[in-house]
Amino acid sequence: MLDRRQFVAGSTQLAMLAGFPGLTLAQEAADARFVLVILRGGLDGLAAVVPYGESRYRGVRGSLAVDSPGQTNGLLKLDGLFGLHPSLSKMHEFYQAGDLAVIHAVATPYRERSHFDGQNVLENGSDTPFGLRDGWLNRAVGSGAGTYGAIALSQNIPLVLRGDTSVTSWAPSRLAEADDDTLARIGELYAHDPHLAGRLQEALEARAIAGEMGGRRNARGGGAQGQLGPVIRAAGRFLSAPDGPRIAVLDTGGWDTHANQGAGQGILANRLGGLDAGLAALKQELGVYWQNTVVVVATEFGRTVAVNGTRGTDHGTGGCAFIAGGAVRGGRVIADWPGLADRDLYEGRDLKPTTDLRAVFKGILIEHLGAEIAQLNRDVFPDSAHIAPLEGLIDV
Amino acid sequence: MVTVQAVIAANRFGLGARPGELDEISRDHEGWLLAQLGPDASTARDSFPGSATILSEFQRLQRVRNEARRSDDAERGENAAQAYRTYIRSQYQIQATRRYELAAATDVPFRERLVHFWTNHFAVSADKQAVTPLAGTLEDEAIRPHVTGRFVDMLLAVEQHPAMLLYLDNQASMGPNSRAARAGAQRGRDLGLNENLAREILELHTLGVDGGYDQKDVTTFAKVLTGWSVGGGQNRDAESIAGAFFFRANTHEPGAKTMLGNRYGEDGIGEGEAVLTDLAMHPATAHFLAEKLVRHFVADEPPGELVSELARAYLDHDGELNAVYEALVSARAAWVEPLAKYKTPQDFLISTYRAFNQRPDNPERMIAFLELLGQRPYTPGSPAGWPDTMAHWDGGDALIKRIEWAAAVGRQISDRVRPVELGEAILGPVLGDHTRTVVSRAESSAQGLTLLLASPEFQRR
Repeated sequence: MLDRRQFVAGSTQLAMLAGFPGLTLAQEAADARFVLVILRGGLDGLAAVVPYGESRYRGVRGSLAVDSPGQTNGLLKLDGLFGLHPSLSKMHEFYQAGDLAVIHAVATPYRERSHFDGQNVLENGSDTPFGLRDGWLNRAVGSGAGTYGAIALSQNIPLVLRGDTSVTSWAPSRLAEADDDTLARIGELYAHDPHLAGRLQEALEARAIAGEMGGRRNARGGGAQGQLGPVIRAAGRFLSAPDGPRIAVLDTGGWDTHANQGAGQGILANRLGGLDAGLAALKQELGVYWQNTVVVVATEFGRTVAVNGTRGTDHGTGGCAFIAGGAVRGGRVIADWPGLADRDLYEGRDLKPTTDLRAVFKGILIEHLGAEIAQLNRDVFPDSAHIAPLEGLIDV
Repeated sequence: MVTVQAVIAANRFGLGARPGELDEISRDHEGWLLAQLGPDASTARDSFPGSATILSEFQRLQRVRNEARRSDDAERGENAAQAYRTYIRSQYQIQATRRYELAAATDVPFRERLVHFWTNHFAVSADKQAVTPLAGTLEDEAIRPHVTGRFVDMLLAVEQHPAMLLYLDNQASMGPNSRAARAGAQRGRDLGLNENLAREILELHTLGVDGGYDQKDVTTFAKVLTGWSVGGGQNRDAESIAGAFFFRANTHEPGAKTMLGNRYGEDGIGEGEAVLTDLAMHPATAHFLAEKLVRHFVADEPPGELVSELARAYLDHDGELNAVYEALVSARAAWVEPLAKYKTPQDFLISTYRAFNQRPDNPERMIAFLELLGQRPYTPGSPAGWPDTMAHWDGGDALIKRIEWAAAVGRQISDRVRPVELGEAILGPVLGDHTRTVVSRAESSAQGLTLLLASPEFQRR
């Protein structure tokens, strides 16, 4: 009977498809860690990072307006224009320590208001829904950004990480583990089904690392609707493992706040609190590696500037993104701020996007993960040469 | 003699073969499918409470909880909150259990697949609290009766079902010029539209995202649908029934409305019904529905010709769904090998129960397993429903969990079944030589069953 390690090492045919291909890349990026957190449903950027210094803010936001900095449960001041939602206290500490930057009035190139098309564009890296069949982060890994491959912290792999380059997935389990002999036989069973064979091999690699991290953790399953805490901690452990992946993707839902979204407290405040706690937990798990880490928190679109008829907001366009981590040149809000006057809004209703999210991704891929601009414009974000990378996001 | 077509009928169109079933299907595989398209004969739901009963009880428990919270009696508050949570959870569990019991035991698995397909097309998600105790009732009350009827009837039933109205926030949407909004404005309350339901009907239920509508159509449609609400809760309308669909005329936006080039004169609830009726017969809807059906049953990349054929059948037969299913079943492209579709977690689970002639005897375990695989019952997490392509379901971690589930089931019943014989009984000639060899060499019957359920032939359809 084979044990799992022998099986992993011994099946050369499968090893070709193994989960963490060593890739060539710029040496200085060898230790870099990258985490992408996708907020599904459309985060209300004007609630997360509030332009309290803009005179129209209270008027347009009505019952959803958050109290000013200095008041009880008021905003956490970033600068004279912007404040963070009061639920984001850990992120505010990051900001003050220079480990968090906000990108505001940002959007993908998508200009309609479908969640599903919007997420598709966010993840496929082109400028249209279904414009490409695989994900930009998969193509980035395939073209040499990051050393040891990538992992999705969910049972299945989100589009942004799907593609030709082998990646793996992991989520907490409550089932009894299948024994190694059975797994080896299943490897044999898949001899004529290379697709399933590859998937099996990737999963075994991930499990081996999870085992080294201290075995199985009896946590709730993650994924789009689960709690962020357990999976983001797991991400931190994977990224800290010596032979583990260096890129991780997580996603979390519940951001589609059409009704009763609340202001300083309420539904959205609770979701933001979960995000805030999640990022704090990630920093803790990463330990010293936090210094080499960049986390991007992004969503498919922002929401309407005006409050709708049910104390919520409808699908909009421009919103905000966060970049966090010790490697970030933070303590800044990066925004070509369009303003909230009616004439400044996109289609008279949404925050006008002035930064393309791809500029953010490109800047990080280049400065943090050692990607080449030519490669990005050719393979990762095709036909995007007109979108210049945002420079200076990373500490040097 | 078991035919390949019988295996395809049982798996690609059905929910997996039970031992013995393939012989019968082999006699006339198309006929076996088409015979399932009669009226709804299922009585499984008759002894369960309907959505109005459940929702009014939900509203009552919510009210009791809120009153208890405002009292200073902490214990009373905790008890009331507990009763509220328990009720929600128990309704959810009852409905989820019944759904998979039915699927495991049904003699009309093609019909049941179609029920699941349409439930997913009109997805609500139980992670929204008001929807948790209602999700299963949408399937029973709005989908099941219409699954072999006309699409427009299903559409109307769904969009007036409390679960959908609550899920997509329409119950409180108000016309800005409605009587209720104007009265509210005088009291300093700002009440108005919520466009969530209108947008998702256009994008996900009828035309599809490329169906040729714009933001103005969405806003207008939201106005058309103002007043579509549910009785009870905060609505004190005397003539409403708590928990049931109710048209609140005083929140309806008055006046004629024009959308998608058609003018709809002021007609209260009739406006929305007229728009839905027009949407149902729109060519974009026909194409969108046809494409989803082909993707579901035939291939992740739907062959365009087959999609056109189904869309034509839909339009030629006035939206009669049976005409579309007949076009699907009689198409050559629907019967080809290799097996092109990968089972969803749910269909993997159901086909396991059917292969062993089992019932889901442990609801909590079943729900936990589906959650582990990322498909908790009634909880797609978004109105788009569960994805329908292999790339969404074939994560390595999910594959390992399928194997672990197979191993657990295998251990449980290994003394009753011989793996290779079972493989022949449920996969017939589709069971490949290589799989047969690997399964037959297993070190135990339990391991053999695990290998059989993990095999490509069982995972794919």
